[in-house]
Amino acid sequence: MAINWYHYASPATFHPLAGRLAAAFAWLAAALTAAGLWIGFVVAPTDATQGEAYRIIFIHVPTAWMAMFIYLVMAFWSALALGFNTRLSAMMAQSLAPTGALMALLALWTGAFWGRPTWGTYWAWDARMTSTLILLFLYLGVIALRNAIDDPRRADKACAVLTLVGAVNVPIIYFSVRWWNTLHQGASVSLTSAPKMATIMLTGMLVMTFACWFWCIAVALWRVQAIILERERGAGWVAALPAVRET
Amino acid sequence: MLEAQDLAARRGTSQLYEGLSFSVRDGVALVVTGANGRGKTTLLRALAGLSEPAAGTIRLDGEAVRPFAAILRRAVAFAGHAAALKDELTARENLASLAALAGADPSPADIDAALDRVALGPKRSLPARVLYQGQRRRIGLARLALVRRRLWILDEPVTALDAEGTALLAGMLDAHLAGGGMAVAATHAPLAVDRSRIASLSLD
Amino acid sequence: MGARDSDDHDGGGTDAFAWALRRDLAIALRTRSELAVQLLFYAIVVTLFPLATTPERNLLSTMGPGVLWVAALLAALLSLPRMFALDQADGSLEQMALSPWPLPAIVSGKIAAHWLVTGLPVVLLSPIAALQYGLDGTAIAVLVAGLALGTPVLSLIGAIGAALTLGVRGGGSLLALLVLPLYVPVLIFGAGAVDAVRGGLAVDANLSLLGAGLIVAALGAPFAAAAAVRIALD
Repeated sequence: MAINWYHYASPATFHPLAGRLAAAFAWLAAALTAAGLWIGFVVAPTDATQGEAYRIIFIHVPTAWMAMFIYLVMAFWSALALGFNTRLSAMMAQSLAPTGALMALLALWTGAFWGRPTWGTYWAWDARMTSTLILLFLYLGVIALRNAIDDPRRADKACAVLTLVGAVNVPIIYFSVRWWNTLHQGASVSLTSAPKMATIMLTGMLVMTFACWFWCIAVALWRVQAIILERERGAGWVAALPAVRET
Repeated sequence: MLEAQDLAARRGTSQLYEGLSFSVRDGVALVVTGANGRGKTTLLRALAGLSEPAAGTIRLDGEAVRPFAAILRRAVAFAGHAAALKDELTARENLASLAALAGADPSPADIDAALDRVALGPKRSLPARVLYQGQRRRIGLARLALVRRRLWILDEPVTALDAEGTALLAGMLDAHLAGGGMAVAATHAPLAVDRSRIASLSLD
Repeated sequence: MGARDSDDHDGGGTDAFAWALRRDLAIALRTRSELAVQLLFYAIVVTLFPLATTPERNLLSTMGPGVLWVAALLAALLSLPRMFALDQADGSLEQMALSPWPLPAIVSGKIAAHWLVTGLPVVLLSPIAALQYGLDGTAIAVLVAGLALGTPVLSLIGAIGAALTLGVRGGGSLLALLVLPLYVPVLIFGAGAVDAVRGGLAVDANLSLLGAGLIVAALGAPFAAAAAVRIALD
């Protein structure tokens, strides 16, 4: 079945669809969070070396992954926005930035809380923590540039260019920071080597990752709805919305 | 021929103009009038290929052109509010630099001749910093003459020009149109050009 | 947005580069005071660190490479807002964007001029600053080599930020926020090279990475900056 993507790329068509999708993803996220937390706090055993403190990885690792992943998704939408001049892609990129920043912030925060009992310090200039901090700065830069430009069309394009430049830089930054500090823990989940953690812990972490992922999707879709309404407030279809008519 | 079809411009959420369609044939100058804030400059910048219209299409010789399209950049001479002069450079250096930027390759003698024609010969070695607004405008006129473009886009070209300067502009524009050139000018003051070559467009 | 569809096949890239380089250098040479401000800023920042910490020689030579590099970053930042803003204010930027020449080539010329005016003096001054920090001959040579490779990258990446923040509210400080995180790899490899030589390690990996960064930035940044200039004019 052929899908007419351009049909869904129109803000007027996408707005109600985004609402339905967001609700579905939010319910999924809630269910997975419940399951993930239950696994993480009840089922998973106490770690032999790290005690109970390790349980923060059920939040920390998913948020850290999301922080990086969302930047890639943002870069994808930015590339579409520049390449095809589609308004909706730019709005998607715009709606993802705050969520990405929040994920980076959560990863740093939980990382610090994990570092305190594990390394004896909140901040250890660990390579991954440091690159996440720089990633947070990149997100904040995109958000700040967006806020500084009044014309949304110019802001869309400028932020898209910045995001793509950042996306080229993110791997280089990661590499350079690792180079700078090779004294970091080995990645605890790796697809190539045998997992060092118990299967149940891994399961919990993956469930939490999906929970986190779906939550991000839901929030980004709600935000994009708000952005669409704000930008299209002059358009007829917005005035015809039941919620708008009532006010 | 320059054609515009269903052009629209917005500022914020307010509509400056919409559904604007017109065409400019070779040898014709389109004079755009309208009160301040009606979008004259916006329209001119869109036609010059400096900005993307909120809606609509611009065609040059039948070919739809996007902002900064190569064929547009080879066809257009744009004179905006600012004269694009560097204060640190002399009148002659400024003119030579702008001509080269537009792809023209005038000899030093051509440059001097162009400055003489706009009565700036004696000032050619002065830095642009010390020139009056009207004199700076005249360097702009000399540039138009040097770069030989088909389509002149002039934003308030007579501003700051004295009677002599205005006459100079009118003479140049006449010659440009007579040679088959096109022009789009936003102006408050009427241009002393052959009436049969003028079309007008009001944004009010 | 039409940034790519129109360029690149126009030819005249070398002419455009030479035009912009000559023009910006001529302008900079007639306003020499700016050049001095840049250098003076670098010298002062470098002087502040020992005052804020200690004149103790061992500590200074440990801190030195990092301090000298951070100062170079800040000095580069200082001059970035002016890279396109003056041209935009007087209308020249529009004329550049409307030139039949490819805009990325013009932008490259401007970036090269920016580096010659702001980056190169810092490279040349750095051995003196390095002496203040008690670095030895080899370390100074590596510092200079690193800065010579790295400061052009600062101008290249900075040009993107400068174009993105053209005429934007709070442009200067926003520019710093956008550009500084992107400078991290240059800082790490540059300062790392000096650290390596001081620790008796090989420096070619660091310098090669800086060189690779320079090539990538030189190939990519002018296009991104040109796209950003067009966006700013829109």
